[in-house]
Formats: sequence, C-alpha cells, structure tokens
Amino acid sequence: MSVQDQPQGINFGRPIRAVRLFGEAVSHRVDLKTVTVCAILAVIAVVVALITISSGEYQVPLPDVVRALFGQAEGRIHMVVVEWRLPRTALALILGAALGIGGAIFQSLTRNPLGSPDIIGFDAGAYSGALVVIILLQGGYYAIAGGALVGGLITALMVYFLAYNRGVQGFRLIIVGIGVSAMLNSVNTWMLLRAKLEVAMAAAIWGAGSLNGLGLDRLGPATLVLAVLIPMALLMARPMAQLELGDDAARALGINAERSRLALLVIGVALTATVTATAGPIGFVALAAPQLARRLTGSPGVAMLPAAAMGALLLAAADYIAQRAFAPTQLPVGIVTVSLGGVYFVWLLLREARRQ
Amino acid sequence: MTAAAAVTSRTVAREEEKRPGLAQTNAKRLLWLLVAVAVLLAVIVASIAIGSKDIPVSTVFDAIFAYNDSDDHAIIQALRVPRTILGIGVGMALGMSGALIQALTRNPLADPGILGVNAGAAFFVVLGVGIFGMTSIQSFIWFAFLGAIVTTVLVYAVGSVGRAGATPVRLTLAGVAIGAVLSGISSGITLLNPTTFDRMRQWGAGSLVAPGYETIWATMPFIAAGLVLAMLMARPLNAVALGDDLASALGANIMRTRIGVVIATTLLAGAATAAAGPIGFVGLMVPHAARWIVGPDQRWIFLFTVVLAPVLLLTSDILGRIVMRPGELQVGIVTAFVGAPVLIALARRRRVSGL
Repeated sequence: MSVQDQPQGINFGRPIRAVRLFGEAVSHRVDLKTVTVCAILAVIAVVVALITISSGEYQVPLPDVVRALFGQAEGRIHMVVVEWRLPRTALALILGAALGIGGAIFQSLTRNPLGSPDIIGFDAGAYSGALVVIILLQGGYYAIAGGALVGGLITALMVYFLAYNRGVQGFRLIIVGIGVSAMLNSVNTWMLLRAKLEVAMAAAIWGAGSLNGLGLDRLGPATLVLAVLIPMALLMARPMAQLELGDDAARALGINAERSRLALLVIGVALTATVTATAGPIGFVALAAPQLARRLTGSPGVAMLPAAAMGALLLAAADYIAQRAFAPTQLPVGIVTVSLGGVYFVWLLLREARRQ
Repeated sequence: MTAAAAVTSRTVAREEEKRPGLAQTNAKRLLWLLVAVAVLLAVIVASIAIGSKDIPVSTVFDAIFAYNDSDDHAIIQALRVPRTILGIGVGMALGMSGALIQALTRNPLADPGILGVNAGAAFFVVLGVGIFGMTSIQSFIWFAFLGAIVTTVLVYAVGSVGRAGATPVRLTLAGVAIGAVLSGISSGITLLNPTTFDRMRQWGAGSLVAPGYETIWATMPFIAAGLVLAMLMARPLNAVALGDDLASALGANIMRTRIGVVIATTLLAGAATAAAGPIGFVGLMVPHAARWIVGPDQRWIFLFTVVLAPVLLLTSDILGRIVMRPGELQVGIVTAFVGAPVLIALARRRRVSGL
C-alpha cells in the first residue's frame, strides 16, 4: 500500500476527519478529540450557567429556567430569569471565552505559558487607568473603560520592553511584571487612600473584576464587539499555529509572518481589553484556560477553540462560586478566579517539579 | 534604556560577580561600618526634624535632653520620636529578614514581599481584623506571626519539591502564586465589610504613623529576639553558601540552621508587617548593597544590613513627608518606587545567579 492510498497522510495516532462543503470551496481538517473535548466543555459550561440562573434568593426550578429562556414563562419567573439573571450569566460565558482566546494568543505569540495579560502587567495598569478616571476625573462608564484600556496598553508595552534583552525570557518577564505591578499597586493604594470611602470601595470592587449588577446595557455592547472579534480570532488560528514553527518556517508555508503577528496581537489585546472594560480586570482565566485545555485535548500547542470553551466554563463556575459562597453577600468574581488560579499555578509547579 | 547603557550595566554586573567587595580587609570594613552608623545617626536626626512642621536641629536635641512643654517639644516627644524608633526597628527587621531569606535560599531575588511572606502575614491580619473584629496590635500581632510562618513553610515546601530542589526561579514562582492567592482572599474579605475595608486600606499602604509607644512595645521584643537569632545564624549560613553537602562536611547542622532561619524570618517579617503593614523591597535592596560593600561573608553582610536598612526606610519616610507637603506619602509607596527599578535592573542582568 503506497502513501497515496492513505488520503489522511501520516497517522499521528489522532483521528482526523476532513470536512468539505460546497464541493471543495470550504475544507477543513477536524481533529476529533479536540472537537469532543470542546463540545463536552461547552455543555458543562452551559449546565453550570443554567444552575447559576436557577439558584439564588428566589429559587427557580431548572425546567422553569429552560422554559423561560425559550420565552414560554411569564410574569415573575420571566423577569427573574431573563431580565435579572440571564445577562450576568451570559456575560460570564462570553467574557470567559474571550479571555481564553486572548490568553491563547498571548501565550502562543510569546511562546510562553506565562505570557498572559495578568502577568505582563495589563491588569495592574488597567486598574491604575480606571482609578485615575474614577477618583481624579469622576468619569462615567465609557470614560472608565477608556482609561483602563490606555493604562493597560501602556503598562503591557512597558513591561515587554523592560523585559526585552536579546529576546524575552519567561522568568525575566515575570520579575519585571512583578516590579512594575508593585509600583502601580502602590500608586493605586495611594489613590484609594485619597478617595472617600464609598468611592474607594466601588473602585476596589471594579479593580477586583466583578460581574455583580451587570445588566442588559453591558451585555449588548460586549456581545456586539465580541461577535466581531472572536470569529476574526478563529480565522487567524491556523496562521497562529504556523507562527509557532518559527518565522522562517511560517513564511515557507505561505504566511506573512509580520502581518499575521501584528493582527494576532491587535485581536488579543482587543479581546482582553473588551473584558476589562466590561467587568474590570479578571485575573488568571487567560493564564489557566489555554493550558488546561491543551492538557485535555493533548494538542501540541495552545489552541483557540478549546481555550474559549475552557475559559467560558472557568468563568461561569467562578461566577457561581462568587454568587453563592457568601450569599447573600456577593463577591467580585475576580477574587474567586485569582484564588483558584493561584491554586492551579501551585499545582503546575508541583507537577513540573515531579517530572524533572 | 539605550543599547549602550544596557551594555555598560551588563559589564558592571559581570565585574560585580567577580569582585569580593569594595572593602577587602576587616579594617576597611570597620571603617565603612563607622561611616554607615554616622549616616544612620544623621538620618535619625533628620527624621525627627523634617516634617509638615520643620523643627531646627538644636530644638531636636533640646527636646530630647532638656524637655520643656513647648509645642515643638511636644510634637517631637509624642509623634516624631516614636515614629523614628518604629522606623529603625521595622527597617532592621525588614532588611534582616531579606538577608536571611537570600542567604538560606541562595536566591538574589528573595525578599519577604516577593516570596509572599508579607502577603501571608497580611492575610492573617485581615482574618483577625475582618472576621474576629480585632482592633489592637497586641491581639493581631500573633496572627501576623502565624501567617508569616505558615506562608514561609508553604512557599519553601512548594518551591523545593522534586530533585532539582529549591532553585531561585521555582521559589520565586511559588511565592508569587501563593502570595496572589492570599492577597486575593484578603481583598475578598475586606470588600465584604466597609469598616474592615477602611481600616485595611490605611494599614495596607505600609506606614510608620502610629502615635504613641503602644506599637513599639508590642513589636520590639520580637524584633530584638529575631535579630539576635539571625546573628547566631551568620556562621552556619556561611557554610550553607557552599552547598548542603560541603556544609555538613564542615560541621554545620543544616536542619538546625534552616529551622533557626525560618523562625528568625518569621519573627522579623511578622513583627514588621504587624507594626507597619506590608512594606516591600527593603529586604531585597539592602542585603545587595551590603554584599556589594563587604563581599560574601554573611557576618559582615548582616551587620551592614542592620545599619543600612533603617537608613533606607527612614530616608524613604522622610521623602514621603517632603514630596507632598503638607500631606504625606506612605513609606510603603515610596519604597515600592525606589525598589521596583532595582528589582527590574537585577532581573535584566544576564544571569540571575544563585549566591
């Protein structure tokens, strides 16, 4: 049997199907294990979201939740499910997916499992920017979002260039990130001390990353922006994987390395920035989701779709914990993700140590 | 940084690694020590004299040696002197805990702040204040100690699993991760309750303002005990610097040294955090400066750290009083601004070497 008789090429032990639509116009190789993992993760995420919607001060049985979501409930149940609880939970799902993809892009571009926006100082900088707007300028929602974007971008660039010394090495990136974050955190503390207690507390909750009280007015813009950004990111998935081979190999495969990298960078920053502008800096999802997803799918590099599913699941679960752990008091979801993320990080260290 | 500057700093770093220290004989080191003590005395006088109301140096001496009831003398006795004493004690404690951790882990980037010890102490203080409603330092200082020792042991345990042992990189990562978890939970607890939030945002900035002598009496005995224990560890730590095998061949008891160092670090970092809040970077910078002057002998490094750390902390505190007159910048904010660039510069050196 010659190689030509095997249309799937070399067998790496991963079952792959080729999907062709419209004759040969659209074709794509589908890794079955990846698709299965993504589907399972997505189903679990939706189930967690449904449980979150059903639980609370006013319990709604799961069947009623589903009926209300399909528009078949009226009165009180419709109001509680669709108007009060759905926007927040839907935000947790889509923002989680955005964080997962953003993290995958950063980790792939920096070729470093630690190259996530929280490590490179984006979050601390976004918080500083937002605090300037909240406390010094008394700005509204869009001004805060703008301030957070500017602060985050400047800080991320600063950390990257300070860590650049014949290439960016992972450990140096972390240490420089710690240093710059420490400076910004002290500025943040100072600004919080100057503000009135209520203002300072509201700002601190924003800074922890919170979905509390987010309604339809936030869900709308976030969904619109992400509906554009996420497909754009997924279209860049293949160039991203090829860039991981190195610029020369990527060029040989027909990729415009510089342009692809720039496009990926812009999309990654925009995804993270959208999340920060909507809910504040939510840490560790972007760091953990791509790596956890990679371990589940067993794929050679970080991939976007599994990272998105994992991110949605992580943030939905974290949001459930944030709402229910100290009920009726609601925690900012960012505190839950930081705590869980730190535990994950410690586990990762222990695992790497044992392997050596 | 321009390319040329980067090259120069790299050359300097390489020379530093080769050079035993600026002062190469014990006589010269003693001379340097006298200079350092003189600087410390000058800074102490400045710390009493400079503030939102400047007081002439002659009045400072009068207030201490010939007290009368004038306003200036009252300010000095009730506010400036306790603040300065607190600064000296906390500075010594922070510098020494940094020197101890750096010597034990042979990690030039170690610092109670980076390794999460301060975050651990702060976390337990938040627990005490937020959940058990504690208000006085005598009650929550025990929580600070507990937090410091639990975190130190945890970070060291997580960082040293595996055959490679506790490498600088792994210890730092473990400290950062555990510190992030603990500060995450801390801020969660403070955000649940406005009163706690208000109290902790004051304390969390790191400040030496604590009128009266209550804080000093509550913390100084622990700091003194920690300093004595630290000095006793200097000789065994010199042996540990050669590596564990060689150290035990030379007769050092490694286990006893480690336990002693952990206890001393806990006492120092816990007491300093309870007294002044989490103040970063003093423990990172001062031992480096000391090593640069005297070379690798821990006994000299510890001596110089004890003298130079209060100089740094008091100078930062004075700076904080000057830059925003008549307001003040908390000392923890100033040390972060002075220390973070030093950390970045250290990380940019080609090789983040073990000591």
